[in-house]
Amino acid sequence: MIRTFLAALLAAATALGAPAVSAQPIKLGELNSYKVFTAFLEPYKKGMELALAEENKAGGALGRQLEIVSRDDGGTPGDAVRVAEELVSRERVTMLMGTFPSNVGLAVADLANRRKIPFLAAEPLTDKIVWENGNEWTFRLRASTYMQTAMLVPEAAKLGKKRWVIVYPNYEYGQAATATFKQQMIARQSGGLEFIEIATPLGKIDAGPVTQAIADAKPDAIFSSLFGADLARFVREGNLRGVFKDRPVFNLLGGEPEYLDPLKDEAPTGWWVTGYPWYGIDTPAHKRFRDAYQAAFNDYPRLGSIVGYSTVKAAAAAIRKAGSTDPAKIAAALKGLQVDTPFGRIAFRAIDHQSTMGAYVGKVAVRDGKGVMVDWRYADGKDYLPPDDVVRKLRPAK
Amino acid sequence: MTAGAFAVQLLNGLASASSLFLVAAGLTLIFGVTRVVNFAHGSLYMLGAYVAWSVAEALSATPGASGLGFAAAVLGAVLAAAVVGSLVEVLILKRLYAAPELLQLTATFAIVLIVRDVALAIWGAEDLLGRRVPGLDGSIPLGTRSLPEYDAFLIVAGPLVLVALTLLVRRTRFGVQVRAAAENRTIVAALGVDQAKLYTAVFALGAALAGLAGALQLPREPANLAMDLSIIADAFVVTVVGGLGSIPGAFVAALVIGLTKALCIALGSVDVAGVEIAFPKLTLVAEFVVMAIVLAVRPHGFFGTPASLPPSTPLAEQRTLVVAPGRRELAIGAGLVAAFVALPLLSDEYSRVLATDILIATLFAASLRFLMGPAGLTSFGHAAYFGVGAYAAALAAKQGLPMLASMAVAPVAALAAAIVFGWFCVRLSGVYLAMLTLAFAQITWSVVFQWDAVTGGSNGIVGVWPTGTLADATHFSWFTLGVVSIALLALARIAMSPFGQALRGARDSPLRAEAIGIDVRARQWAAFALAGAFAGLAGGLFAFSKGSISPETLAIPRSVDALVMVLLGGLNATFGPVLGAAVFTWGQDLLARATDYWRAALGVAILVIVLVVPNGIGGMWAALRARRGSA
Amino acid sequence: MSAALSVDGLEKAFGGVRAVDGVTFDVASGELVALIGPNGAGKSTCFNLINGQLAPDAGRVTLGGEDVTGRPARALARLGVGRTFQVAATFASMTVRENVALALASHAGAATSLLAAGLARFDAAADALLDRVGARELAGRHGATLAYGDVKRVEIALALANAPRLLLMDEPTAGMAPRERGTLMQVAADLARRDAIAVLFTEHDMDVVFGHADRVIVLDRGRIIAQGSPDAIRADPRVREAYLGTDSAG
Repeated sequence: MIRTFLAALLAAATALGAPAVSAQPIKLGELNSYKVFTAFLEPYKKGMELALAEENKAGGALGRQLEIVSRDDGGTPGDAVRVAEELVSRERVTMLMGTFPSNVGLAVADLANRRKIPFLAAEPLTDKIVWENGNEWTFRLRASTYMQTAMLVPEAAKLGKKRWVIVYPNYEYGQAATATFKQQMIARQSGGLEFIEIATPLGKIDAGPVTQAIADAKPDAIFSSLFGADLARFVREGNLRGVFKDRPVFNLLGGEPEYLDPLKDEAPTGWWVTGYPWYGIDTPAHKRFRDAYQAAFNDYPRLGSIVGYSTVKAAAAAIRKAGSTDPAKIAAALKGLQVDTPFGRIAFRAIDHQSTMGAYVGKVAVRDGKGVMVDWRYADGKDYLPPDDVVRKLRPAK
Repeated sequence: MTAGAFAVQLLNGLASASSLFLVAAGLTLIFGVTRVVNFAHGSLYMLGAYVAWSVAEALSATPGASGLGFAAAVLGAVLAAAVVGSLVEVLILKRLYAAPELLQLTATFAIVLIVRDVALAIWGAEDLLGRRVPGLDGSIPLGTRSLPEYDAFLIVAGPLVLVALTLLVRRTRFGVQVRAAAENRTIVAALGVDQAKLYTAVFALGAALAGLAGALQLPREPANLAMDLSIIADAFVVTVVGGLGSIPGAFVAALVIGLTKALCIALGSVDVAGVEIAFPKLTLVAEFVVMAIVLAVRPHGFFGTPASLPPSTPLAEQRTLVVAPGRRELAIGAGLVAAFVALPLLSDEYSRVLATDILIATLFAASLRFLMGPAGLTSFGHAAYFGVGAYAAALAAKQGLPMLASMAVAPVAALAAAIVFGWFCVRLSGVYLAMLTLAFAQITWSVVFQWDAVTGGSNGIVGVWPTGTLADATHFSWFTLGVVSIALLALARIAMSPFGQALRGARDSPLRAEAIGIDVRARQWAAFALAGAFAGLAGGLFAFSKGSISPETLAIPRSVDALVMVLLGGLNATFGPVLGAAVFTWGQDLLARATDYWRAALGVAILVIVLVVPNGIGGMWAALRARRGSA
Repeated sequence: MSAALSVDGLEKAFGGVRAVDGVTFDVASGELVALIGPNGAGKSTCFNLINGQLAPDAGRVTLGGEDVTGRPARALARLGVGRTFQVAATFASMTVRENVALALASHAGAATSLLAAGLARFDAAADALLDRVGARELAGRHGATLAYGDVKRVEIALALANAPRLLLMDEPTAGMAPRERGTLMQVAADLARRDAIAVLFTEHDMDVVFGHADRVIVLDRGRIIAQGSPDAIRADPRVREAYLGTDSAG
């Protein structure tokens, strides 16, 4: 009995063992919370696939094809760290990329630092991943919470409104957006500003009471960082109560197709948002991307598609620039790396590893029963970052 | 705040209360008759919302039919939920009525996993916002404020359903049977009622109510894949606060909770004696705080009585003889330890990572099994102690404490938390106890989630790595092996000690235990505290093995994981926790790589276990051995 | 000398109904007293007031002169009260020997140790106690697999583990075959007389009552309507009326 048990145990131990490492393609380890943030990550995955196909058709990198080894990280830091360990130690990937929620991004960033492997954080918006918790091995693609908030501030400050209600989902992203908004408004608008904050549980907003409370606070304007189902409920209940009538509203991320499209004809006309007007961007880079995407998937791109696509492009560019799959060389190559994306050329800043990818700022309108962004402009990320001396203070020297 | 504003906020609260009641009514009805705590009720609610969306969209494309859209959508949702509910009842739960309620609950949780993936496959990932209801899409002016017509409709709909259900139960033959079944199952049989049909009918009705609630929620909230779990916790709370099985109780509880939340938002941030209290932040826990208070004062909720909760069916394993581990078990244990020590030498690094995860999960599962086995107390919130341990260790390390000292803080902090929460919990029993453990876990979770300054909020604490010689991953895995082995030996020893036997006695027969001088409640309290401390130790190891922790370390899914591992391994098998943790952790790792629909696959696996090997793998093994021995 | 058990002026009302209304009696060491009465007479309530499951509205319960009114069951156990239940309560997941050993350990204050190795040191004493109730042959059996008559015998052993001064037996022969009933009561009666244990029991089976009790107390509507030797009670017209009255009404 014992012997059979031990035999089974040994067999199990061997089964746990790794398959032989194949040397041919360059493996990129990708992990994301596919089952938790599916609406964003399905287009993201398509974007990755498109970029991968393009890169490999063009010959890959270092004369080798690229291969993405993709894993679901379950949306929790604990599982994500395990998945990342698997990618690093069993799949022997050259670098890590992906992740969506900030806590997962930070956990994987810390692991990357410990395992000394480059990590390209695609989506996490948290400012900490490049500043307070920044490390040598971690780089971030998307415009951060700080940057996107800063992109809305010029328009908000121009209005000269004094009494603001700030609504935010009560976790780090919402808190950071709120703090940045207050700080930058105070810096721009001298005196008399008043902020009333309403924190709502993430994914569980009690939209009726919340919009009613806003109406009762009689603010001059509203700043919100709600998104997803929370945003939809907020818009509908607020409209029913006339909360948004004659009041400027600013909503971070509100123009991203992932969040705007479900609202259909109820999209909140006149709101200032950051987002992605895929239907209107006619730069050659974007047109080429959009056409290829629509041809490949018979669907229009979402912001996730851009993120997935650009992540793979950046990874490939970094490997080419490094001229090697050596982790340290790739990390070094990522510093200051310039990449062409559908949003134009971006750079990963050497000072804090943040990319200068921007976002589109505009107003919401309804066209043909769908929410769209109008009067938009591209806000280049490099213009919405703090001065270098401030960044140095934010990012502790290692 | 003006009285007018306050009054309107109360109306908002009433509307929320109504929709809460609609969900809870079906849950409590099903429980009252079949005694099944249906975790999948939230899934039926979610299905209702999705089906309503599909019907409404289909009709809107048909000219002339769009006026009927809303009514047809609601009807479609109700029918679909009823059909799915009946199928679940006939195919799965029917086989489990005589089984311990813990197995029923696990089965319904498996259905949650499956339904979510099915919904993803059918409706996709994007949130689906329902249309506004023609005729109910405006607002009713109330002075300077206004109330949406749809809210007014909901405020009326809740009480209407309450009245309809009350009439159904009081005035019809079906109602007589329902009441009889709720009060005494044997009477039902004596009355010549076909119990099987009655149960199916009740389940269909309860499911239909869930579908109705989902459809009615659609104009207020887009159909989305997170609806199931986000509503089920609320529905449980309402049901338990109202008294299990009591429909009027559910109504009152929904009112109390809906109004409490509206009040929290209405109050806003208030300065109390120099301290600013942000009441809106409390909405995340409002219902759990209400529940904790109500259960502490009225252990069976508003309208529940001890009689409405039948004696729980013990797990079969709680009646089997427990034999102290002997030489054979020691040899197997030694073999396991040897295999693990050798693992880093034999295999690649990831095996070591996975094995470390399995070890930590083993200790976590073993601590819960101690609570469920010898103490007979089922906890739905065991992750609280795991998480408190993890956070305590991480915070201590961040304060500059050496790693071993930080590790030592973990079980102490978890012990303290378990002592406080346990004091309340052991006053209750059965489902109520389980629900209160869940409430405390949720309260702890929300404190951790929102107390940014200390816990790092949603991001948690990053950079908690082992130091010194343990910074070497292989050394750390051996360290984990040592700690877990000693802890498991201690748990096994305690389970067979006089204390453990007295605990088992208190579980088998509280009456007899008291009659021979054993203070049952004090023993259970001590067991609760001990189990918490061991879970905390596992949490401390977890923090250092992952390098970072976040609130998910104490969220509901982790508590469910622990339950599943315990059931998988079996309550009595000596190596149950190892088996459960290994199969679960390893299986999930494999499944997640093999299929996009790994949640559904996990659900199916759980169903198979519950229906085919209810004693867990460990129990099955023991049974096979016994059969071979007797042959 | 004070009686082993002394009950003085016990009262208990539920809502407006006086379930127990001024009940006073004693039980001496070595004496077997039966508490009987028609359904709803207040036997169970009275019993639960004595065994600590209910607190009385008024009155006192004393054990050998010590006031124990309202003390919980586990405290009474430490003061030397042994109990058996209408539905026998034993520990189903243990062997019979472990059942008794646990009771002995609890009595010895040794059932709180976390790290001691099991209950083995009480095994010999457990076997001896099982011998006394004639259940020695059951020692190795699993509690959950016993026949009900055997469970009853084991339960008596459990009730005797704290060397009680007073044994409270609630419907000791309920659920047993008629033939077993006499045997079981004889075991209890012999032990009680030999060890000078006071026994108070309720019972439906009049053969058991009149065959084994030294004294019988009859309750009706919360009051004692008669008490005395079995023969005297058998002849008492009030008792007949109480029982027949209920019968004709029911």
